[in-house]
Amino acid sequence: MQLQYCLILAAALFCIGIYGLITSRNAVRVLMSIELLLNAVNLNLMGFSNYLDPSNIRGQVFAIFVITIAAAEAAVGLAIVLAIYRNRETTDMEQFNLLKW
Amino acid sequence: MNLAEGVQYISFLILAFLVIGAALGVVLLSNIVYSAFLLGGVFLSISGIYILLNADFVAAAQVLVYVGAVSVLILFAIMLVNKREDFSKIPGRWLRNLSTALVCAGIFALLSTMVLITPWQINETGPFVENTLVTIGKHFFSDYLLPFELASVLLLMAMVGAIILARRDLIPELSQEDKTSTALTLPERPRELTSASK
Repeated sequence: MQLQYCLILAAALFCIGIYGLITSRNAVRVLMSIELLLNAVNLNLMGFSNYLDPSNIRGQVFAIFVITIAAAEAAVGLAIVLAIYRNRETTDMEQFNLLKW
Repeated sequence: MNLAEGVQYISFLILAFLVIGAALGVVLLSNIVYSAFLLGGVFLSISGIYILLNADFVAAAQVLVYVGAVSVLILFAIMLVNKREDFSKIPGRWLRNLSTALVCAGIFALLSTMVLITPWQINETGPFVENTLVTIGKHFFSDYLLPFELASVLLLMAMVGAIILARRDLIPELSQEDKTSTALTLPERPRELTSASK
């Protein structure tokens, strides 16, 4: 098992996440796609930490920070989705025009 | 990790297949509850890959935080927003999906060629960490102390912000005017209902 396989897997996960982020219409699914993106980044960090920096594993420290930020993002994002749903009665991304100028 | 090379390779292959399949299911399935459960599957498979990459503490943290907390949070949100709605058809939407898929395939091709042609200086000889937990703890309390403290403050801020955003406004006079309501109903209503009833 080499570094390249790990990085290619992370790249595939990242591209799937971007596809879901752009095309999905349910707001909760957009948040799930963001979680996929963050996991792909974590996978990259883990591969680099194991293969390029095995003596002092800084990649794992960064991955723990990314996990923390992802948890905070999920909580706040889902709260925002709930608040918008309570006002608009929909979760369709096409009908969220709150931030129009 | 003192596994044989073949065992490591086969388990990585199985886990990668699980990750890609479940992630495609998350993005492409129409029922969002299935997507949420498949997202938990993605997180579990990724923690297996972390174990293959000698990161036992982060694998445990992944299971605890993602599978235990984030998946449950997403399921709660899905159930609270549970109105089956058929999204209105948008003409030319398949074109948007197709162009997005093409762009994503292009990004994947670019990234994979970059990964394959770069000569990585793989450091196989260095002293490997025996106990990752001790090393991560030393990093946290010496050279990454400020981000560690900032992360705790950020988590507190996110918790308070999420509670303030998602709470409902209490309306105390409603509980006084109808005493006949059952004890199970909460004395609160969303703001738009009260503004409509006035």
